[in-house]
Amino acid sequence: MKNLVILGGGTAGTMAANKLRKALDKVEWQITVVDRHDKHDYQPGYLFIPFGTYTPEEVTRSRRKYVSDDIPIVYGDIDRVDAEARTVSLTNGTVLPYDQLVIATGVTPRPDQTPGMDDEGSWYVDVFDFYTHEGATALAKKLETWKGGKLVVQVVEMPIKCPVAPLEFVFLAESFFTERGMRDQVEITYVTPLPSAFTKPICSEHMGHLLTERKIALESDYMVERVDSAEKMLVSYDERQVPYDLLVTVPLNMGADFVARSGLGNELNLVPVDKHTLLSRTYDDIWALGDANDIPASKAGSVAHFEIEVFIDNFLEHIAGKPLTGSFDGHANCFIETGYGKAMLIDFNYDTEPLPGKFPVPGVGPMSLLKETKVNHMGKLAFRWAYWNVLMPGRPMPIGAAMSMTGKDVPVA
Amino acid sequence: MPVTTIEGHEIHVDAEGFMTEYDEWTEELGKALADAIGVELTDDAWGPIRFLREDFKAEGGHTPTLRRVSTVGGFDTKKLFEMFPKKPAKKMAYIAGLPKPAGCV
Ligand SMILES: Cc1cc2nc3c(=O)[nH]c(=O)nc-3n(C[C@H](O)[C@H](O)[C@H](O)COP(=O)(O)OP(=O)(O)OC[C@H]3O[C@@H](n4cnc5c(N)ncnc54)[C@H](O)[C@@H]3O)c2cc1C
Repeated sequence: MKNLVILGGGTAGTMAANKLRKALDKVEWQITVVDRHDKHDYQPGYLFIPFGTYTPEEVTRSRRKYVSDDIPIVYGDIDRVDAEARTVSLTNGTVLPYDQLVIATGVTPRPDQTPGMDDEGSWYVDVFDFYTHEGATALAKKLETWKGGKLVVQVVEMPIKCPVAPLEFVFLAESFFTERGMRDQVEITYVTPLPSAFTKPICSEHMGHLLTERKIALESDYMVERVDSAEKMLVSYDERQVPYDLLVTVPLNMGADFVARSGLGNELNLVPVDKHTLLSRTYDDIWALGDANDIPASKAGSVAHFEIEVFIDNFLEHIAGKPLTGSFDGHANCFIETGYGKAMLIDFNYDTEPLPGKFPVPGVGPMSLLKETKVNHMGKLAFRWAYWNVLMPGRPMPIGAAMSMTGKDVPVA
Repeated sequence: MPVTTIEGHEIHVDAEGFMTEYDEWTEELGKALADAIGVELTDDAWGPIRFLREDFKAEGGHTPTLRRVSTVGGFDTKKLFEMFPKKPAKKMAYIAGLPKPAGCV
């Protein structure tokens, strides 16, 4: 019997395990999932916790419940992968041998990587993240009683998971303060390391106006060097200071530390893989899926879903000794909450930037690409249902793995 | 792909002027590209430029990020901002004849 070990039972690990269990012979292949604990969070829900739309409890479910009963889950902290000996060691001493390994341990926000960011007395007092359960929950508490002042929403560095989430946070915050009748007491600034809020030309043309319309100030090309928690300001490498009363930051996103310890990661602990096949560029028995790999696509649940469809075919070919024919195109499909009960939708891949049009049925929709609509917002909220009931169990989605050009309005050059 | 002439050499560039053919680059061209965007290439500034060239090749055609230039290349980020003001990642890539570093939506 051969062993397939899947590290991480989050979005990507759960989908891969369930799909492979159906595709692989049970006598030939044993599948094991490793994760720290049984709490599986619907992370897109973190965005809504600070504004009271979701309660913290609502986003968490049992990991065990969503992984097929015939797949054992080993609970423990992964300490190291020995790629030569083909074993995984956990900090509790357990050693798991593997024939094929899937790394799906995601990325986490690392406030410790920016000097001053997680200073005691300021972290979760006037500096927050919303990329963790604790951060989003603490921020919800803060916003309940916050009297207003300078709100700074800041991204430390790309890549981050769900690259549109910080902008969504800005739009939802703006609408939240307006609805509470305190918009004039809040000054909102969006601080980004990128040259503008939206960097793809057509996206920028369709969405750029939202910031000006809603009186949100923009500080671009901003590479933060440190947070001065005493003076309450951000300081960049080129010495621009941005003062805040409330800082909502997206800290540096890094892959798991065991990836670095095992010599399998790049400078952000991401596992280098071939961007089309998802097989490690160094080891032909290691794959990396979801946020944990280094492909130049958005780090998002939707990307993990499309990617895994391609991965399954490749995995089956690989163990049969055949060449890999599946080629991932970088397909991503993301809702962007824009506040006031509306959202936009974007659909793109490695080669095609987000374009306007209708989705998923050309000309009909019901969703509109690159346009603010209420239906898109309903779509975003329905995504939570789809996440637990369609994506995790590995049921087919009505959207193909490869991006489709039909329904998109292509600009005439 | 548009072709442009710098210092008497014909080179292929993209719409923003970033070189698209790795092998067309020479240090002499690098100097000319730096002049074109008002960057003075001191001895210190050549270090990161050479790192970008080597890393791009070793990594199968990825322009390194600023973080990579500092953590893997060992160059101080603050100094990079002094030598290549405001947009160091973009300016270094331009001078090194590499594709513009990838952004996001
Ligand atoms: C605020 C926010 C909003 C988002 N919104 C959207 C959205 O609207 N649409 C969308 O598509 N995506 C969205 N995402 C992104 C999406 O949640 C992620 O891309 C997705 O969860 C990635 O899946 P993954 O399996 O790679 O990683 P994860 O789901 O994070 O899973 C990683 C797993 O590995 C485990 N693990 C890590 N290290 C170890 C270790 N050392 N030992 C044992 N176990 C370990 C963790 O416990 C975890 O269960 C959002 C994310 C955030 C934070």
